[in-house]
Amino acid sequence: MSPLRHIEPDTCYLVHLPEPDDFDAWRERARTLIQCGVPPDRIVWTAPGGAGDLFAQGDPRLPVPDPEAPPVRASRRFVELARNAMLHTDAERFALLYRALWRLQANPRVMEDKADLDIRRIEELDKAVRRDSHKMHAFVRFRRVESDEEENGEHYVAWFEPEHHILRANAGFFVRRFANMKWSILTPRGSLHWDGETLEEGPPAQRADAPTGDPMEDLWRTYYASIFNPARLKVGAMLKEMPRKYWKNMPEAALIPELIAGAQKRELQMVAEGALETEDRPETLKAVDKAIHQCRRCRSAASTTRR
Amino acid sequence: MESQPILERLEILADAAKYDASCASSGTSSRNSLGSKGIGSTEGMGICHAYAPDGRCISLLKILLTNHCVFDCHYCINRKSSNVRRARFTPQEVADLTLSFYRRNYIEGLFLSSGIVKSSNRTMEQLIEAARILREEHDFRGYIHLKTIPEADPELVHQAGLYADRVSINVELPTDSGLTRLAPDKNARQIEGAMGRTKDDIAEASDAKRKFRHAPRFAPAGQSTQMIVGADAATDADIVGKASRLYGSFGLRRIYYSAFSPIPDASAVLPLKRPPLIREHRLYQSDWLMRFYGYKPAEVMQAAGVDGMLPLDIDPKLAWALKFRDRFPLDVNRAAREDLLRVPGLGVGAVDRILAARRHRTLRLDDVARLTQSIAKVRPFLCTVDWRPTTLTDRADLRALLAPKQEQLELFAA
Ligand code: SF4
Repeated sequence: MSPLRHIEPDTCYLVHLPEPDDFDAWRERARTLIQCGVPPDRIVWTAPGGAGDLFAQGDPRLPVPDPEAPPVRASRRFVELARNAMLHTDAERFALLYRALWRLQANPRVMEDKADLDIRRIEELDKAVRRDSHKMHAFVRFRRVESDEEENGEHYVAWFEPEHHILRANAGFFVRRFANMKWSILTPRGSLHWDGETLEEGPPAQRADAPTGDPMEDLWRTYYASIFNPARLKVGAMLKEMPRKYWKNMPEAALIPELIAGAQKRELQMVAEGALETEDRPETLKAVDKAIHQCRRCRSAASTTRR
Repeated sequence: MESQPILERLEILADAAKYDASCASSGTSSRNSLGSKGIGSTEGMGICHAYAPDGRCISLLKILLTNHCVFDCHYCINRKSSNVRRARFTPQEVADLTLSFYRRNYIEGLFLSSGIVKSSNRTMEQLIEAARILREEHDFRGYIHLKTIPEADPELVHQAGLYADRVSINVELPTDSGLTRLAPDKNARQIEGAMGRTKDDIAEASDAKRKFRHAPRFAPAGQSTQMIVGADAATDADIVGKASRLYGSFGLRRIYYSAFSPIPDASAVLPLKRPPLIREHRLYQSDWLMRFYGYKPAEVMQAAGVDGMLPLDIDPKLAWALKFRDRFPLDVNRAAREDLLRVPGLGVGAVDRILAARRHRTLRLDDVARLTQSIAKVRPFLCTVDWRPTTLTDRADLRALLAPKQEQLELFAA
């Protein structure tokens, strides 16, 4: 990297991005900075909503690269990863990506080294964002509201709380899937509205802005409870894929505690019944009488008044 | 006729469907509803919209059209002689319910099967009708899995494939004798005949699709089947053998294993004990070894004991490695991919990460630790520049060292 004449050797730059998920803005600025040979430790990145460094000092004006400066290169894999990792809420992400891009100029194969700490961190961010996006596709729950303005007066509204800045990046999924539905997705970071033709972005919303129920949810809960097999309780496996933080916005999740309790009760019952079979035969009439009165091994016994 | 409220019928017909293990919605053609009048999309990866406390993914509305049945399969809760509550849906009701759930983003689509009412053909027609309403009247572009009935007319089974992403025909039991004894109305030759025709239809359609872009689709997500484990005397070796034959002859996407659950109102022909759930898990693991790790069926069977059963306390990959210790340790920096895939504890992803990383550096044990889930598990089978498990693979207690602690395996033993 040849130092360029109009860069002061120890200037720090304060780079502010217009949106926390704006990859193109980051890319443009990163390109300029690399062309000017500004090393990673002399840039402070900030974006709205992020816990950026409030006291960061630096020159908010970007340097101007030499027109002769060599172009900045990046592998397609880097661009792909960076675009997605950018959506993470980690305040360090812009700096991390810049450092990787900087190193990429000297060693174009950095990305392939899976044991490199920067690359591993970028992959972790990417993975967390992909998971968050995937969970959004899965766990958004629309509720129908009647709207009387139009003839086809159905509007489907969801309240969702993503962990990262993924809302805008995932609009396409819902547009492609529900192209002919009128829907809105409201989140604390912003909202999306689709009317069947155009997508509009709106300001952050609150839970109270979304409808509180939908009659169809009774059927959905019935389905959820019935498809569950109480003979195979595996709460850990469920929690791994559907962590508790999502439950409050999923109508079926309210049933989980009682389904688990019911299954455990059933299990205890089966264990108790199994234990009975191995008991010794009663030897005296008195013992037979006692056993009969305690027996709960069939339905009719279980429903007698002795219960 | 349908005086029962829909809520109650849904309860019965979903409950009856839960013995079918499949809920997959992946691997079909990519499509969406932009520029159409319809609804829905499929984009390769299936989506689990919820998880039940049994840890299973809920991706599809999985229901029976009806649980009335004229057959008398002993292992089935819906058999003629069982006295469960019965219910039925009309094809229209199924389509409406699917759409209502889909619009609220509860599901990826529908998995519909049915008990056999009146005749196999009549039942098949009803299943197809539900799919037809969805596809033709609503231009539904989500996922549809139809269970087909092998006794039905081949033309009807063919039609099912034209609407469905996936079709499945259950082989039910791993051996023909088991089938004859436990499902007296079913016939192994008929089942395999239907699977063979479906395989041909799928191949033909994908061939046509290559030549003509608008050729009709036929079950683009392929066909699958399900085997019940533990209802008859078949060993794991029998099951693995049967599975590999089925994969080979019918180009199946998946074989599902369903541990026989003692059902309410059970038939006397059945074992009283249910097989340990972990057995089903071991069979899935052996299935993975064949599909993704390059093991031949005979090699998987080598992992089984003399009684033909896979060990329950350790997974089949570890069991195999312990039997063939002389193939280890492997040099992480030099071993071929297919050999690394045999290291217990190394998944496909970890192996590929190792291959990528070793192009840049000579790997040390620390590097391997960073690239794998558990270094303790893989260490006995690997060497790096700074590590060599000199005697570990010779230790007689290696199995005890590596076997997971027993207690979390399942809630209560059979
Ligand atoms: S055909 Fe057999 S397995 Fe299928 S529903 Fe009827 S009894 Fe059950």
